[in-house]
Amino acid sequence: MGKWTRRGFITAGVIGGSALVIGVAIRPGHRAPGLAKFVAGPEETLINAWVKIDANNQVTVIAPHSEMGQGAQTALAQMLADELDAKWEDVSFMEAPAEDEFANYALGKGFILGDAKIPALLVGSVDGVFMQVTRAMHLQITGGSTSIRATGVYGMRVAGAAAREMLMASAAQSWGVDVSELKTSEGMVIHEASGKQEPYSRFAAMAGKLKPPSVPRLKTPDQFTIMGRNKPRLDIPSKVDGSAQFGIDVVVEGMKYATVNAAPVFGSKVANIDSSAASKMAGFIEVVNLDDAVAVVADGYWQAKQALAAVKISWTETGNESLTSEDLFDQFQADMKRANESGDSRKDVEIGNTSQAFAEATRIVERNYKVPYLAHACMEPMNAVARVEDGKCDIWTGTQNPLGFKYDVAAALEMEVSDVSITNQFLGGGFGRRSSADAAIQAARISKQVGLPVKLIWSREEDVQHDHYRPAVASNFRAALDEKGMPVAWENQYVDKHEPVEAPHISYAIANQRIHYVDSPTHVPFGPWRSVDHSQHGFFVESFIDELAYEAGMDPYKFRRKLLKHHTRQVAVLDLVAEKANWNSPIGENRGRGIALQESFGSIVAEVVEVTVREGKVSVDRVLVAVDPGFAVSPDGLKAQMESGVIYGLTAALYGEVSIQNGRVSQSNFDNYPMVRMDAAPEIETYIINSHATWGGAGEPGTPGTAPALTNAIFAATGTRVRELPVSKYEFDVSFREENEV
Amino acid sequence: MIKLNVNGKDHDLDVAPDTPLLWVIRENLGLTGTKFGCGISQCGACTVHLNGKPVRSCITPVASADGAMITTIEGIARGDELHPVQQAWIDEQVPQCGYCQSGQIMSAVALLRDNPRPSDEDIDSAMAGNICRCGMYSRIKKGIQRVASGEVQHG
Repeated sequence: MGKWTRRGFITAGVIGGSALVIGVAIRPGHRAPGLAKFVAGPEETLINAWVKIDANNQVTVIAPHSEMGQGAQTALAQMLADELDAKWEDVSFMEAPAEDEFANYALGKGFILGDAKIPALLVGSVDGVFMQVTRAMHLQITGGSTSIRATGVYGMRVAGAAAREMLMASAAQSWGVDVSELKTSEGMVIHEASGKQEPYSRFAAMAGKLKPPSVPRLKTPDQFTIMGRNKPRLDIPSKVDGSAQFGIDVVVEGMKYATVNAAPVFGSKVANIDSSAASKMAGFIEVVNLDDAVAVVADGYWQAKQALAAVKISWTETGNESLTSEDLFDQFQADMKRANESGDSRKDVEIGNTSQAFAEATRIVERNYKVPYLAHACMEPMNAVARVEDGKCDIWTGTQNPLGFKYDVAAALEMEVSDVSITNQFLGGGFGRRSSADAAIQAARISKQVGLPVKLIWSREEDVQHDHYRPAVASNFRAALDEKGMPVAWENQYVDKHEPVEAPHISYAIANQRIHYVDSPTHVPFGPWRSVDHSQHGFFVESFIDELAYEAGMDPYKFRRKLLKHHTRQVAVLDLVAEKANWNSPIGENRGRGIALQESFGSIVAEVVEVTVREGKVSVDRVLVAVDPGFAVSPDGLKAQMESGVIYGLTAALYGEVSIQNGRVSQSNFDNYPMVRMDAAPEIETYIINSHATWGGAGEPGTPGTAPALTNAIFAATGTRVRELPVSKYEFDVSFREENEV
Repeated sequence: MIKLNVNGKDHDLDVAPDTPLLWVIRENLGLTGTKFGCGISQCGACTVHLNGKPVRSCITPVASADGAMITTIEGIARGDELHPVQQAWIDEQVPQCGYCQSGQIMSAVALLRDNPRPSDEDIDSAMAGNICRCGMYSRIKKGIQRVASGEVQHG
């Protein structure tokens, strides 16, 4: 993939202004002919990389993103179809194949040109590096809330507009009229002067031979007919009748079933396997040593699971066999202290003169916060179907990065990339977890070893105990206050910086800031978890700012607003959520409201959480969300993402904890790693502001503000400040919501 | 031999009696709409009806279902006509990833059959056994209320 160089993008001749984004989606030299073999069927002509139109005028949008419930494929289809002026009823989508030609160019563009913030999407749990530059060219990732704001804005809209212009040019040529006399509507090209009107399909073949325009004209929001409207999600009908096929549902001729136990202490290896008892069990086929895990293959999953339980495995010692979460948090504090003494703490933000401000402060406030490791707990446990035969490897699985998986599997099996195929399925939850190819690699190795197609299914226990976890983080704060109690200096030191880089940064107008961090690696594997570093720093920053509001004797909403007065979008969401929550009205006895603000993935979200705390029992009554995504392509889809992000954040805040004991994860299943259920779920109200600022993401921005809004509400109700998550660690009962409290 | 009637069709199955019904439905009968989520009756993704009652098929030994009538997500529509709960799920745009929804729908169908006008508390208690990691609880509740209020008819 060396050809995708910075130079390659720039020589497209489309850098600068809006032309920059266009050149990425539609490359000069027209790559459609080379792509047609992957996606075009009979009677179909590929217009450009992301759309095809068949003989019946049916438009297929080719979306380079996975569908894991976020509705991205429908929203992307809306973006392309609107610019194309297609008839929505004639639009469907297919997922782009896992081929280099269908990498997320828009993501790659931003990465290479450095003009887009690309969050942590890559694996990198071993070496601690989220962003691996060498892999950037294999990006086909769904993560970082990028589908709409990168692929959609820089790819789909441009592709739709270009396709429309190519169809119009073809119609103009065949009718012998000037293109300026033509218009389009609902999949038709129209020449009003002559009354001619023909479907796009009539010109599709001709248009497919044209060189795409490098700067197609995009619609302005007032011209949108499909974007900004609620369109029923195209994937939902198959999800109400059991027909949607997830990775775990794939069936391949001659397939057997496997399940796996990985080393309980991360980093440990298989020392010895005794399968003498297991091998006598019904349905047993083979035991497979995967070095850091042991798999059993059998006729069915249940038989594989029973047999695996009968395999006696001993593991090598790593030296981490007695480690606990407490040890790790002690390590974090020790590493921060050491770095402060040696002057090695790494600079993140440095504004003004913090040490002078602290020296002159009227008062200094110090607070420390911490959050634990978290598992993703996708409803669909990790799984993959693999068939390794005749020097080829075919994989069927639900993945957030089909192309990346292809390279990872090829590398693990020492095969040519061209000999590996990945067929993506619906994802039963992703949240970042399905960007790691571990289960697919295991399935491929097992299939290779036994010489049979294999469906590998992890037990839930395996899923919880062998995740790539949301990192545990400790974060220490100091603020210098002036005589009025207002902050004049902000110092924050934390452990382990990943992505997005801006997650610990603040918009609040505090003149002197020093934000710095230390690396404090542990043996626990980690990876991106819905909202990535915002999930921790959102809690830390919005808790500390709330504490500072009380220190200043100010209302927490008004305090934030005062420190943000030059940030109009932030003020707008704060004002809207406060208004909808009747922030200034009394909320009643035993109740409290908390507020939090978070800008992440290009969207700005303010949340108010209302709680009732009676006799220690915390009931989350209502959550209000105000979100400015720039523009909501699918307003109901955006609301669904806010609701989902809030519940995901609430589960983490109330109960979420993966703890380490004896070097291994203590939790194992939903009985000891609980989730918010319907009886604990609050009412959620979402209000949208279309500010028409640069379009932002939706999948993640609802999550980070939930925990601090909740704990700020608990403080307002009880006076107890929660500085360590989850809330269940405190003397609160968080088991269920009381009815009729609102 | 174990006899099951699944979605109106009779099956004679030669399977170990302790095999959970879930795996028989998925692997032996090829009905993959019923999902595996936890294996310990904690998440509800595997919910099917056994003689009309919702059960977690992941902990139900197939032997205990011998001779029983089983209904799965594939068996609740009448031909091409969706069950009202399925239709309500589309109307309310309930599913996100969709993995838990077969179980959610089977629990909701059972609730509404026994209690056509459930209160909020009834819904909470009937549905609390089904986890939705995408957090679509408010839409699930609205879907149930939509059916209860008669807003949705068959098809």
